[in-house]
Amino acid sequence: MKFNSDGILLWLLRTVAVAAGGVLILIFSFLLIESISAFREIGFFRFFSDPSWHPNTNSNTGSYNLVPMILGSFYVMLGAVFLATPLAILSALFCHFYAPAAVAGFYRRIIEVFAGIPSVVYGFWGLVVLVPLIREVQPPGPSLLAGIFILTIMILPTIALMTDAAFSGVPKNYIVAAKALGMRRWTMLRAAIIPASRFGITAGVILGAGRAIGETMAILMVCGNVVQTPRGLFDPIRTLTANIALEMAYATGDHRSALFVSGFILLVAIAAMVMVADLVKADVI
Amino acid sequence: MKKIFILSLIIAMACVSAATIYWHEFASQSADSEKVVVTGSSTIAPLVSRIAKRYEETHPDVRIDVQTGGSSRGLADARTGSCDVGMISREATENEADLTWVTIAKDAVGLIVNTENTITTLADAEIVAIYTGEVTNWSEVGGADRPITVVNKAAGRATLKVFLDYFKIAPEEIRADIIIGDNQHGIKTVIGNPDAICYVSVGTAEYEVKRGTGIKLLDIGNIESSIAGVMSGAYPLSRPLNLVTRGIPSDTVLAFLEYCQSTAVHDLIREEYFVEVQ
Repeated sequence: MKFNSDGILLWLLRTVAVAAGGVLILIFSFLLIESISAFREIGFFRFFSDPSWHPNTNSNTGSYNLVPMILGSFYVMLGAVFLATPLAILSALFCHFYAPAAVAGFYRRIIEVFAGIPSVVYGFWGLVVLVPLIREVQPPGPSLLAGIFILTIMILPTIALMTDAAFSGVPKNYIVAAKALGMRRWTMLRAAIIPASRFGITAGVILGAGRAIGETMAILMVCGNVVQTPRGLFDPIRTLTANIALEMAYATGDHRSALFVSGFILLVAIAAMVMVADLVKADVI
Repeated sequence: MKKIFILSLIIAMACVSAATIYWHEFASQSADSEKVVVTGSSTIAPLVSRIAKRYEETHPDVRIDVQTGGSSRGLADARTGSCDVGMISREATENEADLTWVTIAKDAVGLIVNTENTITTLADAEIVAIYTGEVTNWSEVGGADRPITVVNKAAGRATLKVFLDYFKIAPEEIRADIIIGDNQHGIKTVIGNPDAICYVSVGTAEYEVKRGTGIKLLDIGNIESSIAGVMSGAYPLSRPLNLVTRGIPSDTVLAFLEYCQSTAVHDLIREEYFVEVQ
């Protein structure tokens, strides 16, 4: 009997792929089912029109406005992406085109280590170092700004590594051609290398944004978690993820369902982000 | 050839792990070992875990599984029967009389501020005024001219419930600058902020005060916040740590509950910074 290892591997991979997709569908339908009970008991629009977030096990006595937390998640992600992207691109440019080989290798290792540090470590550092510093400028300290800073540090390595990988993927003859045209290094980077690797950079930014919006522990420790729409960078905010982490362990009844709605909105937001990214990519091509 | 080798290695590993899991599950369900599942309050869980460990040493036929998830989970699990014993760190309310409540220790909630703060005592009315936003500067209650940073707990926390019930504040009335999760999060916040006020469990706070980490406990209406005060009953802001069961528990569960109330576990209660019941 002939042992068909390729066939077995193929089916093994297919099974794993189906399992991975199936898990996602299961999570999605689980969140949907749990949320539907909340939409039925509380009503869909109350999540956007209630006066505040004061959940209760009985839906008639609680209020369930999620808008400040949706905005909180959005602002903190946007701020972090805006700060981290230019820094990450500069970091990757330095690592790839300016640093001597030995320095570049060492630098890349450091960035990789940074990418692997658990978020709770960043959060703890933020709580004992960053928050007191911000408090010196403007009390109380835990704020949107603190969240943006922590997230910037956290997603910078992700974007930097993806950008670095994108630079490696640029065909050698682009560089040769640019040098043959007598371009200076910066002109070459600006006119050839960066445009050629824009998809890789975009992918890195989206990955970073996804990590930013899904981040929980670090954000919970530095953002103050007051449910309010921030009017400034120094106002405390609560994100959807922090809301789930803070209250899930103690929530029952409609309160618990309302937290599932938080998770559902988060999932929809991330899915929308990935889809928009795909559209942008298709448009550029 | 190499692929086949790797493939068979993976399959072999899968078989071994499956067998291990099966054996483990099977062994734990064997007839001569009884399992007691305890779930609920994250405040009580560390204490019960240590009591359980000591109990298992003398009772090798009993396995006690302690899981956290909050008092609300302890209550829900005890009612549905998904656990044998629920842990609830508050008083019983009137619609919870369907369960049997046993108090094993007491925990108290104390107000903490940074050691740089000159305030040493606050009256009940002052605390209410601070937490409802009527007083926003320490000078209004006899301190320095600095803004107050009000630190509150997230919805559902047992300490929040004790605090709100005692001071009769509705959750909507609180005007907090920072909302935090557990006691350590609160202590770290107060260490980093000389203007902050927060409430945490007295046992945890007294331990941190003794270590000199930069916080101090406030007296409430001139009653000293201390373990001694909680034990004598003079300190008002305290809560019982309860174990609850539904219906008639099995002999194994009853024996464990009795052990939890015996003097043999008093040293563990004190080591966890709680106060034993007299």
